[in-house]
This record gives sequence, C-alpha cells and structure tokens, in this order.
Amino acid sequence: MQVYLWAFVVGGLICVIGQLMLDVGKLTPAHTMSTLVVAGAVLSGLGLYQPLIDFAGAGATVPITSFGNALVHGAMVEANAVGIIGILTGIFEVTSAGISAAIIFGFLASLVFKPKG
Amino acid sequence: MSNKKKKKMTPVQQEYHDFSKVREPKRPVLRNCLWAFFVGGFICLVGQFIQDFFLWNFEFTEKTAGNPTVAVMVLLSTLLTGVGVYDHIAQHAGAGTAVPVTGFANSVASAAIEHRTEGYVLGVGGNMFKLAGSVIVFGTFAAFVVALVRTTLALLGGS
Repeated sequence: MQVYLWAFVVGGLICVIGQLMLDVGKLTPAHTMSTLVVAGAVLSGLGLYQPLIDFAGAGATVPITSFGNALVHGAMVEANAVGIIGILTGIFEVTSAGISAAIIFGFLASLVFKPKG
Repeated sequence: MSNKKKKKMTPVQQEYHDFSKVREPKRPVLRNCLWAFFVGGFICLVGQFIQDFFLWNFEFTEKTAGNPTVAVMVLLSTLLTGVGVYDHIAQHAGAGTAVPVTGFANSVASAAIEHRTEGYVLGVGGNMFKLAGSVIVFGTFAAFVVALVRTTLALLGGS
C-alpha cells in the first residue's frame, strides 16, 4: 500500500519541478521536457535513479525523467555484455515500448480522429 | 540572453519592453503547482495500478513490468487525446499532464492528428515528432554521453 502513496507523492513532486521550470524559469514546454530527460540520464549515470524507482515505483518510472534513465540503462546493459559498441545497439532497448507505442498509436489516432477546436 | 538583446533595442523598444513586462498577467504559480502535483501524482498512481495489474496477472517481474505499463499508458493517453479530453485537462494541469510519459504520447498524437489535413506522408509522418523530437534527441545524446563516460571509467578502472 505504501508504494501507492510514494508513487503519488514522488510523481507529483517531479511534475511540480516541471511546473516551476515553466512558470518561474519561463522555459518553453519543449525546453522543460528536454531538461528533465537529460536530468534523468545524468541521475542514472550517477546511479541515483534506480534507488528512486525502488522507492517510488511508477512515481519514478512514469515521468519523462525515466526516459533518460531507461536510455542509459539499456546502453549500459548492452555495453557491459558486448563492449563499447553496445552503447549504440542497446540505447533504445528499454525505451522501445514507449517510442514504438507512441508512433503506432499516434498514427492510428491520425487515421481515426479529426482535429478538434 | 535578455541583457544582450536589451542593448540592441532602441529606446522606444526598451520603453515598450518595460511597459509590457508590467502589464503581463502574473502567473498563479502556487495554484499551477498544486494542479501539477495532484494531476501528475494521480497519473503516476494510475501507472502504479497498471504495473501491479501486470505483476499479478501475467508473468512479469518488477523490472519487466515497466514496458507494458508504458505501452498501456501511451495507448490510454492517445485515446484521450483523440477524443479531446487530454488537452482539456492539460489546460489546468500544465506540467502535471506534460511531464508524465502520457504527455509525450499526447504531443505525438496531437501533432499527428493536427497535421493529417496535409497528407499522411508529409503531414502526419513529417510532423509527428515536431514536439516530442527534442525530447528524443536530447535524451538519446545525453544517454550516449553518460553511457560513454561510465563505460570508459569502467574500462580504465578494470585494466
């Protein structure tokens, strides 16, 4: 039960950080998202992101920061297995589900739905 | 950036710049943050429920359950975007809907739907990643650098 509470709180706090970057830092949404992704990748490189996932579950895996983490994670696993070329072959290993789902469902949506307003 | 720009402006432009700054509506930062917190937290809570659903009902471990969870959340967000609900929530929630992975799917789906009138190849295909592209480019490049540094450090430390 505890993990649901922490998923809510940690996920919410990451979104608040994003909101502060938008409102106080006056960044565009694209700049905010890019910064968060890079932050996730750097945290992952320092070995700080996995403990956050263990602690908060989906609170850490659902925000976009986990995209950066997953990219580094996939690259590192493959690099450890086959050497330095693994960085290139493994980088999308973990994030494949998110990106291909977004492309496939997004394309299907463009076939079905019409623009609103 | 703004200081450099300011020096290039004529006095009239500067006057207008200061004038528009005073008239600019104040952003309700606290209210926006509360919205972002509760909506963002709620989306992560839904994600946790979906992840546990996959853990309990299928042969997934805690590590592998993340992938189908993301796929389901992307599907849900694309559907909500298609019927026009997601953008309605996003007007209030700001970063609360943009930061979770559902916001990534929303930007892909809304760009795809918006540009369908320009044709499927040039419109949908070419514009789908108009907004999400920067996230992928910077995420991938940052991950490449981080992984390269870590691999190099491991090689140096190992030998």
